[in-house]
Amino acid sequence: MASTINPPAGAGTLMSGSHILLECLVREGVDLIFGYPGGVTLPFYDAMYDHQIQHVLVRHEQNAAFAAQGYSRATGKVGVCCATSGPGAMNLVTGLVDAMMDSIPVVAITGQVTSKLIGTDAFQEADTFGITRPATKHNFMVKHVSELPRIIHEAFYIATTGRPGPVLVDIPKDIFQGSTQYQPVDSIHLPGYKLYTEGHTGQIRRAAQMIWEAERPMVYAGGGIIHSHAHNELRELVELADLPCVNTLMGLGALPGNHRNFISMPGMHGSYAANMGMYNTDLIIALGVRFDDRVTGRLNAFAPHAKVIHVDIDPSEISKIRNAELPIVGDAKKVLTKLNKVMRELEPEMRAQKSSARAEWWNTIRGWMEQHPLKPEFSVDEIKPQHLMAEIDSISGGEAIVTTDVGQHQMWAAQLIRYNHPRLWINSGGLGTMGFGLPSAIGAQFACPDKLVFSICGDGGFQMSIPEFATIANHKLPVKIIVMNNGYLGMVRQWQELFYNNRLSEVTLDSFPEAHLLAGAYGFKGKTISKPEKLRPALLEAVNEPGPYFLNVRVTPFENVYPMVPAGGAINEMVLGQPQPVAVAS
Amino acid sequence: MLQTLSLLVENKPGALMRVVGVLAARNYNVESLTVARTLDDTLSRMTIVVDVEHKVRAQVVKQLNKLVNVLQAADLTEERSVAREMVLLRVRAEMSNRTAILKEAEIFQARVVDSSVEGFAIECTGDPEKLDEFIDLMRSYGEIEVTRSGLVAVTLEPKKLRLATPVPMGAAEEEEQERVLSK
Repeated sequence: MASTINPPAGAGTLMSGSHILLECLVREGVDLIFGYPGGVTLPFYDAMYDHQIQHVLVRHEQNAAFAAQGYSRATGKVGVCCATSGPGAMNLVTGLVDAMMDSIPVVAITGQVTSKLIGTDAFQEADTFGITRPATKHNFMVKHVSELPRIIHEAFYIATTGRPGPVLVDIPKDIFQGSTQYQPVDSIHLPGYKLYTEGHTGQIRRAAQMIWEAERPMVYAGGGIIHSHAHNELRELVELADLPCVNTLMGLGALPGNHRNFISMPGMHGSYAANMGMYNTDLIIALGVRFDDRVTGRLNAFAPHAKVIHVDIDPSEISKIRNAELPIVGDAKKVLTKLNKVMRELEPEMRAQKSSARAEWWNTIRGWMEQHPLKPEFSVDEIKPQHLMAEIDSISGGEAIVTTDVGQHQMWAAQLIRYNHPRLWINSGGLGTMGFGLPSAIGAQFACPDKLVFSICGDGGFQMSIPEFATIANHKLPVKIIVMNNGYLGMVRQWQELFYNNRLSEVTLDSFPEAHLLAGAYGFKGKTISKPEKLRPALLEAVNEPGPYFLNVRVTPFENVYPMVPAGGAINEMVLGQPQPVAVAS
Repeated sequence: MLQTLSLLVENKPGALMRVVGVLAARNYNVESLTVARTLDDTLSRMTIVVDVEHKVRAQVVKQLNKLVNVLQAADLTEERSVAREMVLLRVRAEMSNRTAILKEAEIFQARVVDSSVEGFAIECTGDPEKLDEFIDLMRSYGEIEVTRSGLVAVTLEPKKLRLATPVPMGAAEEEEQERVLSK
């Protein structure tokens, strides 16, 4: 949010809708909008012409929503995107659903045709309000210019509070043009918008008891920790009771990747230790997670011996998938602060009780970690994709921002690159959207100009975002665009190999553009490499380049991601590698 | 199983669409839905009957409560409540069975709202099972046309309506700011 809440413009000043909108955005601390103009947003863009808020012109509206997400994911602030009516608004939809799935606060401003024309199938008219209803946490259509300040502030309030999410405000052209006496909003009243943040004190006390009493506890922490800035409290909890902790795909960085209690990621492509830990635990301490199917695998085989403590700010997540023996509805930071306090109070009488069982549990987990670690693979002739991730990890040292799309590269980047802080790992988790990585890197780089930002894409997703090369070149953003190029839609191919008799249907991606020519066409440097000894020098060259750099890395074409829990499989029955030995828990 | 829900909803643009949309998107089968203004004309009361598995019932209520425009969503299925439905029915009647139809209507405390040479229009109120029986019975007299209202229900247990109070502008931002600083 803004460092200070800006004082509102004078009450009662006659202002146009466009200027009122800008004024409200300033009050919300917005300094940057990602957008694309069009017919009905002309009055708004005219007002923006000499306004302090910076507008970044993307090359496709979908990428405005992704860039706004990148900005938000890197900072925790609201990302703002803007599009015109009809096609512009429709192009935002994927980005909004993506934000919805990963609970990212985004406010989208869309233009709409003039009020009088709504419903007449006017030029560039679409029912944005209806179409984005399920794509957003809430949406608004402005019916009168006097409502505009209230609606804009409500939109930001809803986007940021409770479980964050995207909010869209649809504004007809005549609302932008109309004017009214501006009345600054001084309070927000949404009687039906229920927030549960504190957490039930009695439940928190019971949770502390259960944690001390457990013999094989496992902390399962996710994106909620990051949204709630609760990483310090998580770390405190994990350290004070010496708890093993897995972070979900959305939660990577919640506990530092180099922390000794960190057992990597669970799930379909999680580590052996994380999945065996989740299978064998007797107490799951679920913090800001939603028991996604990619984590649980077959539900009746997921943590069959465990009781569940589930902390979430959204009551509908509690017992949605897995019944929680102890639900706590509340904000992770607030709940963990209280929980840690009670944990300390109970420590003198309870710590010793289970110490030998706990020590044995840790030994078992360490054993799993040593047995099948997540380790990069190397070859002398070819660049293994895991090698690429290991080199990026070594250059990053747990400190760089990494954005990805979805697929094999995403899984390897999650497995093999460490994230020592929250908000470094930016990927499309829930929706799994190709083309997310590059535009979200733009948003992240604008938000954190001094940070090293890697945008890692597959050769498939990358080609969905090539237009944004122009935005990157335009602003000389020093994003390091790394394409893990195996010539295939790798993850789809992996499934066709394993589950469809190796009938590779429509997964070959030929005719990839020449890297130096493509980047050169936009005025920055690019290179293709395919030899392992060239990898590190090329990555260092990219990082040392003051501007953008496009590195196309030709990797082993037929590498697959392991471990793998086949869809519908039990998490303790991972396929650990090719050929496929099956590990089964005793 | 059938679950009866009672919702208090703000009369805001798209409020009905949001409720129906959530039910459809979450794959809950809607059996009936009624909506009308309350004493406070900024609010509407909806009675919704959905057909869902027992274990999903709590989830349905939570999902509806999440909507910003829903002030309250309550599950009346196992609560003390009264539920009624109305049916408007047209039956073709021969001269020979007109008296019999009227007798049957009387048994069900139904009212004749129109009478013509072709037959009767009849209004009947009751719980849905009673209406099913009434409709079955009328069908035995000849061709019928039926319009049912869907269930309306009222709880007999006083419920506290918990509403969010106004929040001063900037409060959320300040709290957020504190979090970021306390990193």
